Amino acid sequence: MDGEKVIDAEMIIGYLHRSMEKLAEERTYTQNIPFTDRTDYLAAMTGNLAYVMAVEKLMEIDVPERAHWLRTIMAELQRFASHCMAAGTFANDCGTWQTPVMHMIRDREKILDLFEMACGARLTTNYMRIGGVSRDIPPEFLPAMATLLKELPDRVSEYEDLLLDNEIIIARSRGIAVLTAEEAIAYSLSGPMLRGSGVAWDLRKADPYAAYDKVEFDIAVGTNGDAYDRFAVRMAEMLQSLRILEQCADMITEGPIHARMSTSTVQPVGDPVAPLVIRPPEGEAYARIESPRGELGFYIVSDGGPAPYRFHIRAPSFINLTPLKKMTVGATIADAVVVLGSVDIVVGEVDR
Amino acid sequence: MTKFLDGQEIAHQIEQKFPQAVVDAQPEFAMIEADKLIDVCTFLRDDDDLDFTFLNSLTAVDRLDTFEIVYHMTSMRLNHLGSIKTSTSEREKPVVPSVTFVWPGAHLQEREAYDLMGIVFDGHPDLRRIFLWEGFAGWPLRKDYLNMPGHMAGLERFPGEPGKKLEGRGNVDA
Repeated sequence: MDGEKVIDAEMIIGYLHRSMEKLAEERTYTQNIPFTDRTDYLAAMTGNLAYVMAVEKLMEIDVPERAHWLRTIMAELQRFASHCMAAGTFANDCGTWQTPVMHMIRDREKILDLFEMACGARLTTNYMRIGGVSRDIPPEFLPAMATLLKELPDRVSEYEDLLLDNEIIIARSRGIAVLTAEEAIAYSLSGPMLRGSGVAWDLRKADPYAAYDKVEFDIAVGTNGDAYDRFAVRMAEMLQSLRILEQCADMITEGPIHARMSTSTVQPVGDPVAPLVIRPPEGEAYARIESPRGELGFYIVSDGGPAPYRFHIRAPSFINLTPLKKMTVGATIADAVVVLGSVDIVVGEVDR
Repeated sequence: MTKFLDGQEIAHQIEQKFPQAVVDAQPEFAMIEADKLIDVCTFLRDDDDLDFTFLNSLTAVDRLDTFEIVYHMTSMRLNHLGSIKTSTSEREKPVVPSVTFVWPGAHLQEREAYDLMGIVFDGHPDLRRIFLWEGFAGWPLRKDYLNMPGHMAGLERFPGEPGKKLEGRGNVDA
């Protein structure tokens, strides 16, 4: 540092390294699903989803349609909740302190209540299973979600009015941490960081999974690639999530929520569940989804046994930190805080 | 829908430019000779038909007698995904060329592979441990880490389940 200016920046991580990749090699495929809750703990549903999709790709399982709709609903609710935290803490870093964050966390609490209704847990949901989802939603879930969908769009518009046109937020984040589109692609960035730089690449559109090919929504793209654009992209994605949820609530179908797999047991109520021990065929698979932070991918190598041979998490927060030094050097220390806020990291995912 | 490019198709395109570069070609991946890795990756990134400008993931797998480095790459313009691998059979000090100057996004991922598997990336600008502290002994993600007698991490995990075993490395009786 030279006065207020940053001359050099070094990233020291590893304080939350829990060796999940090694531990997963000693647990069965189903036992590894709670690990995926805890990598990105602010977006547990999407973490579960990416992992089960990778194993389903390895085993070539077709998931029933109702499970696809439930997965989409949960993923979009999770995206809204995660962006509440991300956008709120970004506004916090820009100087608005805790007020917007508390409003957004109050909205997030309503979504966490929905999660509790569906699967019993607010944060580490462990909802997805290999072949479907773990349990069906209770009958009061969709009416509760409908009530929420009536009031949330107005609240998001209120946040956009208050925050996006705010003089201080613009002064603190316009022109900070600029990355051009070519740089963003070269650095393997994904998620709002990539879209904020002008690259219209969203895996929900480019490589649709779950029920995303059946719903209509837009991709939010920024122009300048600075911290303000990423913030605006996240706020816009919150509105698009609400749009997707309305369509899902109308179009959801009835049916089984879990695929019928070989040697799967059937519960007394008649729905199939996964076998206790899953042995995928030898091979490898890489599956990825659009998590709130970017491209979350799982690379699973199987040797035919009950536990994975190699379990690798392609963590978006980790890779989005690649240009951190480039963005921070030359700026002031106050800007460094805003830069880190705009990357939207979850340290559990960075370190695994 | 992103098309997964067949490894054999990628291998075919690579062979036309670099005759001896491809060691093996499977539907899932194309295995590249480690010496030619940087030339092949530059070609994959700059060629108009392949256009692999975006590196999705770089990771390493311990295959007991070799180490494999796996690369997944995407082309956003053509919307396809492909995978290549390279391998080295040196167990004590595996060295592979670094692709950081081809895809800068590989910077942190190569540091992670070095930290956890001990693979040295030749040409990396700043190769040091990233999660574990300086001075940590050993490479945790390897299958023979800690060599505890009677316990092979990940290999002897479920009693009665047939699994791979490393010969003469302190196994308990099978």
